[in-house]
Amino acid sequence: MKQFSRFNQISLLLGFLFLYLPIVILIVFSFNESKLVTVWGGWSTKWYAELMHNQGIKDAAWVTLKVAFMSATVAAFLGTIAGMTLSRFGRFRGRTLFSGMIYAPMVMPDVIIGLSLLLMFVALSVDRGIATITIAHITFSLCYVAVVVQSRLSSFDDSIEEAALDLGCTPAKTFLFITLPVIFPAVLSGWLLAFTMSLDDLVISSFTSGPGSTTLPMKIYSQVRLGVTPEINAVSTILVGLVASGVLLASYINRRQAKQRQLDQQLAAQDE
Amino acid sequence: MDNKGVLITGGQAELGPLAAVQMRLSSFAPYRWFVATIIWFADKLGVRGRSLIIALPYVWLLVFFLLPFAIVLKLSFAEIAIAIPPYSPLWAWVDGIYLKIQLSFESYQLLFEDSLYIKAYLTSIKIATVSTLLTLFIGFPMAYGMVRAPKQWRATLLMLVILPFWTSFLIRVYAWIGILKTKGLLNLLLMNLGIISEPLTILNTNLAVYIGIVYSYLPFMILPLYANLEKLDGSLLEAASDLGCGPFKAFWSITIPLSIPGIVAGCFLVFIPAVGEFVIPDLLGGSDTLMIGKTLWVEFFNNRDWPLASAVAVLLLIILLIPIVLFQKFQERANARST
Repeated sequence: MKQFSRFNQISLLLGFLFLYLPIVILIVFSFNESKLVTVWGGWSTKWYAELMHNQGIKDAAWVTLKVAFMSATVAAFLGTIAGMTLSRFGRFRGRTLFSGMIYAPMVMPDVIIGLSLLLMFVALSVDRGIATITIAHITFSLCYVAVVVQSRLSSFDDSIEEAALDLGCTPAKTFLFITLPVIFPAVLSGWLLAFTMSLDDLVISSFTSGPGSTTLPMKIYSQVRLGVTPEINAVSTILVGLVASGVLLASYINRRQAKQRQLDQQLAAQDE
Repeated sequence: MDNKGVLITGGQAELGPLAAVQMRLSSFAPYRWFVATIIWFADKLGVRGRSLIIALPYVWLLVFFLLPFAIVLKLSFAEIAIAIPPYSPLWAWVDGIYLKIQLSFESYQLLFEDSLYIKAYLTSIKIATVSTLLTLFIGFPMAYGMVRAPKQWRATLLMLVILPFWTSFLIRVYAWIGILKTKGLLNLLLMNLGIISEPLTILNTNLAVYIGIVYSYLPFMILPLYANLEKLDGSLLEAASDLGCGPFKAFWSITIPLSIPGIVAGCFLVFIPAVGEFVIPDLLGGSDTLMIGKTLWVEFFNNRDWPLASAVAVLLLIILLIPIVLFQKFQERANARST
């Protein structure tokens, strides 16, 4: 009954063209010899070579990577605990507030999160810099990790955990050998999500950064306001390439694992 | 030790890559000591110690998410002052005895008196509404096409939708500048094809903002729609067609009503962040594109009026609270119906 009609095909084709064409154009023009973005002057990698000499961009990239690594790691830790709390502890006092605080940062406009954190740092007279950007990034990305971990746990039967506890495992041992391996793929993809979101963030970083802690998006933003340059195209291409290969690798691992699981289940079914 | 090994290997297929690594490492003595020490410490912590760890994310969000809002609320009642930080204190001890509290409603008064702010709120809501609808009209056929595509394509198609969602927002908005500007690629193409003779002004208009929002938020619309349409019971459509219902009528009277939860979720996920959007109106919009996220940014960074920026944020939050509460109610009702 379900058929893949011509209408379906065309809407998918046009939709994906719309989604991907701008990025493809951006990548192609990063290899443009000409400084004018709309004039094609032949293939060249000179803008990438020029990037290597741009100390400002290199510094910003280093700050961004440091912030992304630290914030993703802390967010993965806190988010895992939060996700487990949401899915395993049932009803506890303050649960509504807690789940509200988990979901709210995901839809809250960035300007509000950035402004509120900055005002708090000022009120507490904390010096702004890499540390404050990292704190801000942890706050919004821990929520995403929590949601990913929670959805993994909700599809996992907790009877194995109970069995381990019944067989005399301590809670710590059960967590380390049962729960953690189960949610590990979710924690990993949560970490990746947190990492890329930290790489991307412009608005919240702009509010919470101080002198000497310019991140790459802030640098790109200040140059984009002056116009389109092939150099920015080159930075963007590197960023897009990094993120895309990370995501594709993660999904490849995930899919292989799912296939393995399916195979094991089929084998188990045959044995019975 | 043996039976525990069985427990782990028995569940390995289900438990995933970490369990396999743990198994392989378990013959390695330093690893065993390391793990034993961790477990010993964790057990030593006891129930109270563990609940301290469990409370960590709760405390983190209270301190870094809720408390800042309280400070924004407080600051919105302060007065702008030439000082560092640039606002007057809300309370002060007079002679160390009296607590003097001074609330200023000046910022809120300004918000309602200067038509600029009201206009910015209204424009934001209008632009967000229109672009949400546009996103729905583009996203629905795509999600529908994905569901109907051959099964072996689905994972790839899903990946193709998710990938832009992971790539930098700023870069994707930037990509449109080169396309839309006066001497940009779109104008060049249209002029070479002979469709137009004069370049169109698209960049720095509201049209560019619509394009930017639809483009950036399209995955947020497609994903919930796809998740919803995928679960749709195909036998209902079959029954309809058996009973003589044409495909268009079946679509209107079965597919659309059943996909309402997906439509609502998708619209919610696009509308809320679009209202407070800053990057898109700033880079693609013109000087007449007044959106509230940009207004807040300008008040804060350019005019350094922190109390006014706080008041703008408070009012924006109150406005956004309405759709959030409505959505929560809708979700609860949908959950109650499904269980």
